[in-house]
Amino acid sequence: MSDRSEVPLAVKVVVSGGLGVGKTTFVGAVSEIEPLDTEAAITEVALGVDSLDGVDAKTTTTVALDFGRITLEKSIVLYLFGTPGQDRFSFLWDDLVEGALGTVVMVDTRRIEDSFPAIDYFEERGAPFVLAVNRFDGAEEFDTEEIREALGLDAGVPVLPCDARSRASVRDVLVAVMDRVIDVHRKAGRRTAALARG
Amino acid sequence: MTRPPDADGDGPAEDAGGAEAMFVRPFIMTGGRARPTRAEVRLETLVLAAPGASDAPLEFEERRLVELCSAPVSVAELAARTRIPFGVAKVLVSDLMTSGLLVSRQAEEPHELPLDLIERIRDHVRSL
Repeated sequence: MSDRSEVPLAVKVVVSGGLGVGKTTFVGAVSEIEPLDTEAAITEVALGVDSLDGVDAKTTTTVALDFGRITLEKSIVLYLFGTPGQDRFSFLWDDLVEGALGTVVMVDTRRIEDSFPAIDYFEERGAPFVLAVNRFDGAEEFDTEEIREALGLDAGVPVLPCDARSRASVRDVLVAVMDRVIDVHRKAGRRTAALARG
Repeated sequence: MTRPPDADGDGPAEDAGGAEAMFVRPFIMTGGRARPTRAEVRLETLVLAAPGASDAPLEFEERRLVELCSAPVSVAELAARTRIPFGVAKVLVSDLMTSGLLVSRQAEEPHELPLDLIERIRDHVRSL
């Protein structure tokens, strides 16, 4: 018999950043499964309509999705979803991001500005994120505090170096995300408790 | 008024045997609804077919979804396997849950997860 208790709980961490920053490599370093090719209705741009009238449904388009799965225990599965780097798929972000525990924003120090849209997106939503500075051969070494300053990040946002090819390094970044999630969760809890006391 | 109502563009495509006839607007499958009714249906949500779900009278796409859920599977993977767009798959899965044909134990929002569960997840990740 199937019932709810047989279905694992799914939690999600989002991996974001500019095109070519290493998201696919990052997800692949820890995932049990291959990335997915999915169809996206380009009508999804027109969210909020409740009728086909006025929906300009031209076609669907194939998106290669950075999609990873890690079975943490029988009843808990962690999914990793990468946000597509190309602007034309930006309408997918809300679907990919909704309900995420936390986010990794990856940055390439040779093209630091490519991470701005992702940082803006997660800051605006007040979503917990960490910044992972991916190492590329030939890239100048930067101090993580210099990068925090350059990006104007909040002091609470962890900035850490990362090698997306290394499982251990990816694991460390994911632990940092979870620590950040717990930190934000605790602070929110304290705020609620303080309000309750009046 | 015997003229076919093609002037408004809603009439049947002129070459019904050609590519036009193959075209199905993605949200036709959901009756035009673009949003799932259940907030807990997200791309990572795992769903499983309820007992007897395969006997229920269902439309083609919903039947395929139920058939693929003999073991827990995420909405994202269902969408990929059926070539149904994400947004459409979310609406269909949500409907099937409301009908009791698919089950899940997803929380509506991640902030509803208890802190000790989040800490347990962190500890699992640390031991990867």
